[in-house]
Amino acid sequence: MSYLEFLRDYGPRLIDGTLMTAAQFVCASALAILIALVAGLMKLAPNALIRIPAVVYIEIFRGTSLLVQLYWIFFVLPLFGITLEKFTAGFVAVGMNLGAYGAELVRGGIQSVPRGQWEAAYALSMSPAKRMWRIILPQALVNMLPPWGNLLIELLKGTALVSLISVADLMFEAKQINGSTFLSAQAFGTALILYYLFARALVTPFMRWLERVMARRIGRA
Amino acid sequence: MFDWKWDFAFEILPRLLGATLNTLMAAGAGYAIALVLGLVLALAQRTPVRLLTAVVREGVEFIRSTPLVLQIFFVFYVGPQFGLRLSPWTAGMIAIGLHYAAYLSEVYRGGIEAVPKGQWEACTALSLSTRDTYTRIIIPQALPPALAGMGNYLVGIFKDTPMLSVIGVAELMHTANAIGSEHYRFLEPITMVGVIFLMISLPAAALVRLFETWVRRKLGMIR
Repeated sequence: MSYLEFLRDYGPRLIDGTLMTAAQFVCASALAILIALVAGLMKLAPNALIRIPAVVYIEIFRGTSLLVQLYWIFFVLPLFGITLEKFTAGFVAVGMNLGAYGAELVRGGIQSVPRGQWEAAYALSMSPAKRMWRIILPQALVNMLPPWGNLLIELLKGTALVSLISVADLMFEAKQINGSTFLSAQAFGTALILYYLFARALVTPFMRWLERVMARRIGRA
Repeated sequence: MFDWKWDFAFEILPRLLGATLNTLMAAGAGYAIALVLGLVLALAQRTPVRLLTAVVREGVEFIRSTPLVLQIFFVFYVGPQFGLRLSPWTAGMIAIGLHYAAYLSEVYRGGIEAVPKGQWEACTALSLSTRDTYTRIIIPQALPPALAGMGNYLVGIFKDTPMLSVIGVAELMHTANAIGSEHYRFLEPITMVGVIFLMISLPAAALVRLFETWVRRKLGMIR
């Protein structure tokens, strides 16, 4: 069977898998960004009662493996009465894991905003919320966008693990095709190329574009 | 807590601790491969041969932006298709070693590029050989800034070893799954795996920080 025939027969399934991977990627990214923002801000709080939960969350999710967390959420959480459907369990695990890494980026980004900016906002008697939202966060966002680009690639790679709880993503389809045809190089090789294209032709250019737009919006470019 | 059975937890503890050794071995062996191969990949990008540099650069990008678990499957299943049968351990070590070699090559590259240009020029002026330039001047200065990244990836490779369970390497996750399906109880094994990971990776991360400070002090970079 030539490679073209392979693509004709199994291409559509690999495309379906890619779409599922894209769906997982979008949901997990949204969750990761939300968690990163909340946990990152909490970690900077002066009040220990707010800070400690964020620290514990970040250390637990960064200290264990994504795969362990995924299995825990999918197999163990139902014992506590919380049953998540596999699609949900998948992106929740990936989003919570990468969100913990993102929280550190948010914290670093906020801390990289010069002190003078805080003082100026204070001098203009802005409320703390307004100061954070209008002055600090936009600048922090520009500073932390480049590492977020890398983090989103890690997130994309993380979504491949959801195939292990049978979410029919790209990885899962490649495994199924390999199981029925034994054409391993074609099945896994094509999947590798699709992941690469997803990362380099979609995620990276999008982040570069976002970096340019944000830099322009705060008047840095 | 809910349905937690302590006697069951204690019964499976020895098996999990045994598997922890396998996990540590896998992480250690994978890291050793990655350390050496990463240096090769980093140096290959500094040769004057443009084509080699471009190919290695693209290869590193490829490995870094595709999932490790897929690479593990690829290495394990593609061999037999061409008559080369690899054991799960061999395939796993190749895949994880190569994956982290790509990451480490970037760390090395960053370290080497951080060495001021004047140092290179001084080596040329003193007509040091390429070998002496690297081993005596450049690498000793490139190492300290690279240490933080190297340490993080040591912890990272440890946390990625559970992925080896997909091809049947008997590390922690694989053992926990096996116990889970033998006893129809997943609560204790999977939770304990999580706790074991925390108990190793948190102190390891702290040790990496200490080591980094120690090296910087030894080299007189901080007082």
